[in-house]
Amino acid sequence: MSARRLQSGGLIDRTQTLRFKWDGRDMTGFAGDTLASALLASNERVLARSFKYHRPRGIMSAGVEESGALVTVGTGDRRDPNVRATTQELYGGLVANGQNAWPSVRHDVSAVNGLFGRFFAAGFYYKTFMGIPPFEWGSGTGMWMQYEKIIRRAAGMGEASRAPDPDRYEHGHTHCDVLVVGSGPAGLAAAHTAAEAGLEVLLVEQDCELGGAYLSEPGAVEERQNAIKALNDAGVRIMTRTTAFGLYDYSVAGLLERVTDHLSAPSEHLPRQRFWTVRARYTVVASGALERSIAFGDNDRPGVMTAAAGRTYLNRYGILPGSKVIVATTNDSAYTGAAELCRAGAAVTVLDARRSVDNSVLDLARNAGTGLRLGAAPLRAIGGKGVYSLDLAASDGDGWRADGSENCDLVLVSGGWSPVVNLSSHRGAKPVWDAENACFMPAASDEPLTMAGSAAGIWNTKGCIASGQVAGAHAAKALGKSAPAASAPSAGGWASPIRPVYEVTVPRKKLKSFVDPQHDVTTSDVRLAHREGYVSVEHLKRYTTLGMATDQGKMGNIIGLALMADALGKDIPEVGTTTFRPPYTPISIGALSGSSVGAHFRPLRRTPMHDWNLEQNGTMTEAGLWQRPWYFARAGETITEAYIRETDTVRKTVGLCDVTSLGKIAVQGPDATELLNRVYTNPFAKLAIGKARYGIMLRDDGMVMDDGTTWRLSDTDYFMTTTTAHAAKVMVWLEELLQTRWTDLKVHVTTVSEQWAGCAVAGPKCREVLEACVADKTVMSSEAFPFMGVIETTLKGGMPCRIARISFSGEMAYEAYVPSDYAMPLMEMLWKAAEARDGCLYGTEALGALRIEKGHVTGAELDGRVTIDDAGLGKMASPKKSFIGSAMRSRGDMGREDRPRLVGIFPKNRTQSFNAGSILCAEGKVEGLGEGWITAVTHSPELGHWIGLGFISSGYEPWAGKTVIAADPVRKGNIEVEIVSPHMVDPSGERMHG
Amino acid sequence: MIRIPCPFCGERDHSEFGYGGDGTIVYPALDAPAEEWVEAIFERENICGVQSETWQHVNGCRMWLLIERNTMTHEIQSVRPAHEGVAKALEESK
Repeated sequence: MSARRLQSGGLIDRTQTLRFKWDGRDMTGFAGDTLASALLASNERVLARSFKYHRPRGIMSAGVEESGALVTVGTGDRRDPNVRATTQELYGGLVANGQNAWPSVRHDVSAVNGLFGRFFAAGFYYKTFMGIPPFEWGSGTGMWMQYEKIIRRAAGMGEASRAPDPDRYEHGHTHCDVLVVGSGPAGLAAAHTAAEAGLEVLLVEQDCELGGAYLSEPGAVEERQNAIKALNDAGVRIMTRTTAFGLYDYSVAGLLERVTDHLSAPSEHLPRQRFWTVRARYTVVASGALERSIAFGDNDRPGVMTAAAGRTYLNRYGILPGSKVIVATTNDSAYTGAAELCRAGAAVTVLDARRSVDNSVLDLARNAGTGLRLGAAPLRAIGGKGVYSLDLAASDGDGWRADGSENCDLVLVSGGWSPVVNLSSHRGAKPVWDAENACFMPAASDEPLTMAGSAAGIWNTKGCIASGQVAGAHAAKALGKSAPAASAPSAGGWASPIRPVYEVTVPRKKLKSFVDPQHDVTTSDVRLAHREGYVSVEHLKRYTTLGMATDQGKMGNIIGLALMADALGKDIPEVGTTTFRPPYTPISIGALSGSSVGAHFRPLRRTPMHDWNLEQNGTMTEAGLWQRPWYFARAGETITEAYIRETDTVRKTVGLCDVTSLGKIAVQGPDATELLNRVYTNPFAKLAIGKARYGIMLRDDGMVMDDGTTWRLSDTDYFMTTTTAHAAKVMVWLEELLQTRWTDLKVHVTTVSEQWAGCAVAGPKCREVLEACVADKTVMSSEAFPFMGVIETTLKGGMPCRIARISFSGEMAYEAYVPSDYAMPLMEMLWKAAEARDGCLYGTEALGALRIEKGHVTGAELDGRVTIDDAGLGKMASPKKSFIGSAMRSRGDMGREDRPRLVGIFPKNRTQSFNAGSILCAEGKVEGLGEGWITAVTHSPELGHWIGLGFISSGYEPWAGKTVIAADPVRKGNIEVEIVSPHMVDPSGERMHG
Repeated sequence: MIRIPCPFCGERDHSEFGYGGDGTIVYPALDAPAEEWVEAIFERENICGVQSETWQHVNGCRMWLLIERNTMTHEIQSVRPAHEGVAKALEESK
């Protein structure tokens, strides 16, 4: 039909033919093409179907602002939807498909939606929630739930792969003195000036080639090459295919580097994309300007694109994009391209909305031989799957009147230029409306940030270069370097002023004129929103979804604002603009997560006996970041059978359990005793050397923070253990107290969690096991080593060891710690002795069963909402001293008798089980928040049935003998239970004392 | 990303630090009445402007710092060790 590749010209390599597939058909392009340019050269016009109406859409631009040619690239688990064909580099073997259409974008059944456009107008979703307009049919019938599914499927963009992402992503960090965003004439000049001043410069460019606007200037080839060479000579670090998508506090920028998206096959050694965090000292934003369209009838037809895009396809990609071209403009910028197209062989007519234009500009057109109509504009594009004619309008007073039509196969539109102020907007600088240039200009920033080139509203190359030099000099000066003085060019730079035209319409003619083609928002949607009372631009945006598509309204926002301003009878600056937020262009979720996926989602901590546990057939579980043994199944055992056997063995003979993950803190110094006495609720002032004590810490507000044992090793040296979960928190807390609150205390705290490996030896035969392991067995005698005693001794073979006689299981037990390097020999030695005594290894499941039987609390109970009295440990709070939380722990409601308190739970029918997380309710009152909740459940081998721990109002005494309901509506249903004392096994603690 | 100039480690990302709280609070004595503790713990100013706050360089030197930060702009006006003795020693070592 019309577009064709020229024999010469452009920056493509005609010697390298690339084969690719479009919608199942084999196509070719050249190295240097984008997917869009290759399709355009093959005269493919319909590349997509629109969001709501399924209207045919083609290429609308040649860059990141693309709203039409959104396609799906890749197949299978590498299927990537909503890719802008205009920025996707072509590679051999690329597979692209049209999206949001069936059977194909060229023949789409759902195009029938276009006939029902009135039902899909602004607010469609909100209205249909209530009923179908105009009579609210079906309102309140729940009908929405039925047709919502169908509508959701019909309206939409591409579909992402549901398979796991097979690609790798990386995070990178870097520093520089000056970050320059954009490598057009301004960016190149800024980078060069800053580098020449002796600064370390990083230049980033979203395109695969440096040059920006130079790339579309046939006469600038040498100038561009020289500028790039100068940058390389000056040592500028350059990153192409890299988008600065956001600017953040302290000159921190976020970059997305597309490493392999342009390669035929994923690289074995490279990530697909890199997410960079750059800490710059100064930022120059030379991000350019984007040309905007004009709202006129059917301005979304394939074959309507920006004037700059037409020029880029001609000059960069060597394509004559149309043979009969109408260039509709409101400003000077489209004339050069019009003349170039004419010289390349197209018949060109220029429509200029202005009635008078400077001769220097008109001469460009005249000399090239284009047709020219002043005071003329496009009224309506004709042609479903490709424009073939354009209805014209002639300027009539402030408005327009219909003025015939003209045949064409390409309409290039320039409605004016919008500086890309997005990045400065990220920094909170609200753009300022410039009426003369009809655009938002970036506001001055008080941060080390300068805008340069057309991003600062400078419209000619010379001015952009000067502006870049000034920006580079600014950066140099701000960072204490000197640079040659340059005089700043002023904004603008056209010979004749722009005529701001946002919409072309004539009275009594119904037109479908698109403001935001990607979300199918038309001028009538904006007016409808106004009629329905939406006057704020923020509301307009949300109601119509204008500017909320993947392009963030890069092409259409200003038209929408202008229409709203017009409807309100206000000026554009009074209506305001919406705030741009990162990212400037879409970022894959994969890049955001980087390598933190799967097993690398968070750090992994293994105890030094990890491998040994595995060798003993241990099954591991996660406890925070730690891998801990869960249970040690013997042949044919299930987890339940295994932990019940382990629990039973500990109660009858002896068991070993890896407890290395407990937090361990060395508390040392002359005031160590005083510190402990202040942070623990119970007295520590008189703890003897060689003794351990169980302690509870509260927060300032009186709630329980953590518990653990602390061992006194000498006058000034304590060994504190914390729970696995709160080890880091307790360490930070002690440091905070010592450094900010009690700065007079002479104490040093050091985390030694990694330095010591620990094993619990629990059960009636635990002493025998240790006697078999220590070098001198007399140290284990009950007199030398009583309950709560601590010894530092040597194991056989000279292994240093510290042991405390403490118990979490309720049996007589010890915890033995050795320097981490001795972990494996320790376990081997202990296991040899334990195995000989019919002992076992036990994991966290049995550990839990043992402690639940005893009513010992852990993190499941100490969830931050529990007081020391709630946990049944009120006796641990000394009435004789003040400690952290002592003033607050009984305030107001925290002193109420009916607070939920720790209790034990039995099923009424002893053969039944129940679930942790169930709500405890009074019989016949299964509703609301109930009376309490269940925190932990286990099978008790000792009692022969299931038991639980939990909290219930007023504690167990008032509930004795009553039936309580463990309500678990979405899982087990309601189970009848009894409330008992939390000390369900050996309440007097005889076994523990041995 | 706020960049915090740690007096011991140099300028670092705020993600290396843990936020403490209001740096102007003088915590009551442990035996002070509950009313004083309520005031210290719960009754906080929501400052729009320069605020004194504590941060800890958790993934660094683990020192607690007293930082003056503008809550509107994230501009950091001053940083010193929260422990007066350490701050004084650091000052003298310069």
